[in-house]
Amino acid sequence: MSIFINKDTKLIVQGITGKEGSFHTKSCLDYGTKLLGGVTPNKGGTEIYSLPVFNTVKEAKQELNPDASMIFVPAKFAANAIIEAAEAGIKLIVCITEGIPVYDMLNAKKAVKLNGARLIGPNCPGIITPNEAKIGIMPSNIHRKGNIGIVSRSGTLTYEAVYQITQLGLGQSTCIGIGGDPIIGTNFIDVLKAFQDDEETKAICMIGEIGGTGEEEAAEFIKDYVTKPVVSFIAGLSAPEGKRMGHAGAIISGGKGTAQSKMQALTQAGAFVCKNPADMGINIKKLFS
Amino acid sequence: MKIHEYQAKNLFKEYGINVPASKLCEKREDIKTILSNFTFPCVIKAQVHSGARGKAGGVKLAKDYDSAVKIADSILGMELKSKQAGVKKVNKILIENAVDIQSEIYLSFTFDRANECIAFITSNQGGMEIEEAAKNSPDLILTQLIKNNDFEPETLIEKLGFNSDINKQICDIAKKLYKLALEKDALLVEINPLVITKSNEVIAIDAKINFDDNALFRHEEILNLKDEKEENPLELEAQKNGLNYIKLNGTIGCMVNGAGLAMTTMDVIRLAGKEAANFLDVGGGASSEKIEKAFRLLILDKDIEAIFINIFGGILRCDFLAEGVKNAIQNLNINCPVIVRMEGTNKEIGSKILNNSGLKFTVVNDLNEAIEVIRKI
Repeated sequence: MSIFINKDTKLIVQGITGKEGSFHTKSCLDYGTKLLGGVTPNKGGTEIYSLPVFNTVKEAKQELNPDASMIFVPAKFAANAIIEAAEAGIKLIVCITEGIPVYDMLNAKKAVKLNGARLIGPNCPGIITPNEAKIGIMPSNIHRKGNIGIVSRSGTLTYEAVYQITQLGLGQSTCIGIGGDPIIGTNFIDVLKAFQDDEETKAICMIGEIGGTGEEEAAEFIKDYVTKPVVSFIAGLSAPEGKRMGHAGAIISGGKGTAQSKMQALTQAGAFVCKNPADMGINIKKLFS
Repeated sequence: MKIHEYQAKNLFKEYGINVPASKLCEKREDIKTILSNFTFPCVIKAQVHSGARGKAGGVKLAKDYDSAVKIADSILGMELKSKQAGVKKVNKILIENAVDIQSEIYLSFTFDRANECIAFITSNQGGMEIEEAAKNSPDLILTQLIKNNDFEPETLIEKLGFNSDINKQICDIAKKLYKLALEKDALLVEINPLVITKSNEVIAIDAKINFDDNALFRHEEILNLKDEKEENPLELEAQKNGLNYIKLNGTIGCMVNGAGLAMTTMDVIRLAGKEAANFLDVGGGASSEKIEKAFRLLILDKDIEAIFINIFGGILRCDFLAEGVKNAIQNLNINCPVIVRMEGTNKEIGSKILNNSGLKFTVVNDLNEAIEVIRKI
């Protein structure tokens, strides 16, 4: 078992012929993901890596019946791409695109809910179940199959955690980047619940950062529901108030969203909070064994 | 993106929201000419991107021509200090007709992240003490979450306790302001205070708008309002080069790929007993040219005593990084210590490039090693 995706997940890519889209399509194919084709408006009928390209998600859905779509469409059009996928009946939508306007995302999220789909991201590295499927942009070679579930708001910081865990001889059940934007589809709680219910996942690594209250809400959930060990790190302890630290969602405003508040909430919920990011892996190993 | 009060008021006018008559002044020699056409009393307001301008001495009432000239002269060019924005030079002042205040209202639309919708917030305790009111008597702050797009403010506004004529005027302003927020992708639109005059007029005497940076591509008219003088010059330079850079107060310059890892790197520097001089995310797919540009930017900062490069190569390959770092150090004549930690794709080739370059680096293998090295600087 794993969460959200496995070796049978059938994938299409929206924006498959673009620079980013085609590059990562290749990487996912190489990883063994069941990637069946993609969508680029006005490129319908062509092929890329011998895979069919369609003009619309609806056509791709009819022809290929995919379970999931990965979106590389530019920020201007990405919210509409999410809506198109949801309305076409795609049940898992992974949006990699960064920089989508907030009010566009409000509409996209409504469409996702209305159609009963799950959205991961936007502004995220995607999701990987090692040795089974990769839907995202993470470097494949640092992952190793195992029993640690990883959930994070960041990209490269997730790779850091994955790498530390792999170096110590452990592996991952599924790794998910939920995204660095203020409005995201799947949140910490959704993933924590799935990891708790997943037999293969024995321990959880949760990586948060400043901004919003997602980590505090997750802490409440951990207290009530999660019995598996949770190791956590919160980035941005040294970030100043009022400055947006790269991610659109990483900002302390009006004294809210501080790393201290998140670390305190998680500690109180029984999670182990690492003060030093170099120790994420070693602390998981301690709790795990 | 932030804009000035006078720019926000121009937008208010476009949307039919009442504001006092005013004139912008940018040059000392224009002060007298502008004031000679004014009626008194008038208010003189520093135009800087900073809150609490009044408390910092940037907003003053002048009762006649002579005192207005004096006040305008002292505010234009002054250095305004605030807790939030630090020290800012006042390059523009707004001279505005004073109004007879009967009541002050607070009114705003803000993107509510926790509820994922726009929140309409109002209070009859507007003015400088709104934050105090929020703290001490939160029941005086009224909030309505706008979950679907039709917005009906009537019920909430009735609770402010004014007569029906005033209520109608406030509702009208609220609806116009909401329209502005949606149409212009504003994540915050605030009037504090919205004044009820002694002659029962409702008029916005302050205006604040923050826009969604990610939506500026469809609002050239807003992008044109950007005042580059309000930005940190290093941050401005970074924006022009497509780099995500924020100037901070420490002494260790850092260069990282990815925002989360960049924040973490700042935290690691603090664990070593130092502070980061900046946040710098070169992005996922940075080329060696971009790395060199980032280096140029780092050394423009005169505060730095060392540079720490922390790259987790996924899409960004370590050999590209190493090539960029080598070129930058050769071309830019850098003489402060440079500490490099790289991991991931093509790490071995990258290490070889650095080791064979004949240049001085400290290469560290993990974050704990980095902490030890930075501590000894």
